[in-house]
Amino acid sequence: MPLSTQPPASGERYVLTASLDNARHLSSLLRAVHFQDHATCFATANGIKVTVEDAKCLQANAFIQAEIFQEFAVQEESVMFRINLAVLLDCLTIFGSSSLPGTSTALRMCYRGYGYPLMLFLEEGGVVTVCKINTQEPEELLDFDFCSTNVVNKIILQSEGLREAFAELDMTSEVLQITMSPNKPYFRLSTFGNAGSAHLDYPRDSDLMEAFHCNQTQTNRYKISLLKPSTKALALSCKVSIRTDTRGFLSLQYMIRNEDGQICFVEYYCCPDEDVTEADL
Amino acid sequence: MRFRAKIVDLACLNHFSRVVNTVARLAKTCTLRLTADKLYFILSDKVANGGVSVWCELCQGNFFDEFQMEGVAAEHNEIYLELVPENLSRALKTAQNAKTVKIKLTNKHCPCLTVAVELPSLSSSSRIVTHDIPVGVIPRRLWNDFREPGVPDFDVSIYLPVLKTMKSVVERMKNLSNCIVIEANLSGEMNLKIETDLVSVTTHFKDLGNPPWASDDECQSSAQGRDLESMAEARIDIKKLLQLLAGQQVNPTKALCNSWTAQLCCMNVKCFAVQIIYRTCLEPLSRMKGASQVVVYVTIRTGV
Repeated sequence: MPLSTQPPASGERYVLTASLDNARHLSSLLRAVHFQDHATCFATANGIKVTVEDAKCLQANAFIQAEIFQEFAVQEESVMFRINLAVLLDCLTIFGSSSLPGTSTALRMCYRGYGYPLMLFLEEGGVVTVCKINTQEPEELLDFDFCSTNVVNKIILQSEGLREAFAELDMTSEVLQITMSPNKPYFRLSTFGNAGSAHLDYPRDSDLMEAFHCNQTQTNRYKISLLKPSTKALALSCKVSIRTDTRGFLSLQYMIRNEDGQICFVEYYCCPDEDVTEADL
Repeated sequence: MRFRAKIVDLACLNHFSRVVNTVARLAKTCTLRLTADKLYFILSDKVANGGVSVWCELCQGNFFDEFQMEGVAAEHNEIYLELVPENLSRALKTAQNAKTVKIKLTNKHCPCLTVAVELPSLSSSSRIVTHDIPVGVIPRRLWNDFREPGVPDFDVSIYLPVLKTMKSVVERMKNLSNCIVIEANLSGEMNLKIETDLVSVTTHFKDLGNPPWASDDECQSSAQGRDLESMAEARIDIKKLLQLLAGQQVNPTKALCNSWTAQLCCMNVKCFAVQIIYRTCLEPLSRMKGASQVVVYVTIRTGV
């Protein structure tokens, strides 16, 4: 075992221990939600959920299932702590973020419980790095109360279709307007920038459209500055599910396949822009 | 005072460019010292440059096909020039596939190092690009400022790990902290450490090997009789260390080098300095007269 050079002292009890052959599987997912420096980690026997929030309007969750890890054990029902995500990412990629083929960073992660630091043991090519990242008091997270029964419209797209659209978004526009409808224009992205407005329509029978379940016409506006961070997840993903509920809340679910073919999900929730109804009426 | 030199061999030219690029990354201005058989790039340790000093020594015979120089006087057959290495590095960039490169000392309005690059051309007329790099001639009374740094009294000397690994570790650590602690012992172990309110990170390298210093008895007084396991440590500015690691361009490509080592000397507390020595041994190439090495000493003062 490469990590045996730095074994955790046998007397210590950890509430969370996890090991991973390739730390990049974790770091790339975390990078997909890294738009704020602080993240809340929530671990259960199923895996770890890392939550990042912004402006009380946006929430991103990265789910790393227990199966992704070679070893994963949680001693309590759930373990929760807040951590500086930028620091965690720097530690995970200490041997470089783009490793050469054939080399990978092995990771062992341990947490003793409330008030203790998160310990990372990383090994690559016989070099061992030990990191102790201080944890912080977890803050209360937003509950978007987004349940599938209230979903009005749902579209599953291949990510490449949305990637192009997001890359060409007119960033001088304050909002991105999303129209989903059972009739024409089916799925439309609109921006209203300095140089004029732009509309991008996806036909219902497009090759990129994996599923189309729209029940009623819905038009909502979302702050473009809030949606922009989700392009990090979009870049990694292969499919994206776009859902809106009765209140116009947006859920973007990205399916991300790692180098070993395992599938993980990153989810973004975003509130609609308030004044849309007044402007429309 | 006269100086003219010519490079014809492409491998020699590329190697010379890499050395100049490395120096350019380490120092904004430096001193070029020319003697009958050697060239030196020197940055002396001054407070103004943040405590980094560089000593780079090249044998002219390994690079130049022609090398003529005449110093100020027969008994002081040397030339000292003040130079912005970046300018020389840029001039050599245009010479990547040149037929010949001539470097000479000229006087055009002011003293200049003129680099004339002859590029390959399809027609019979030649294409020549000329760069005039202004230099300052350093008078003889100041020459004493640029003496070779001796190998200082050190506690531990150790070979550095693969520089790419070390660079990426130091790069991440730079994001987390301003200063880094380097620890090393005589059993080939080295640790890089940072510690802040948020995080503490330690990277352990082992089996690095300690260079034998048996021949220079006078410089190992502190290292002798030292406990093999005990760590000597130095705390230095992480940006300076990264600048050094990122700046090294004298790449150990297999064709050119058969060995590439960097030695780190962790100084004892009195000296407050870390010294890194690069040695690249060039394999005798067709044009070269034998194996040679480029030695770059870099000293970084430790933070107080």
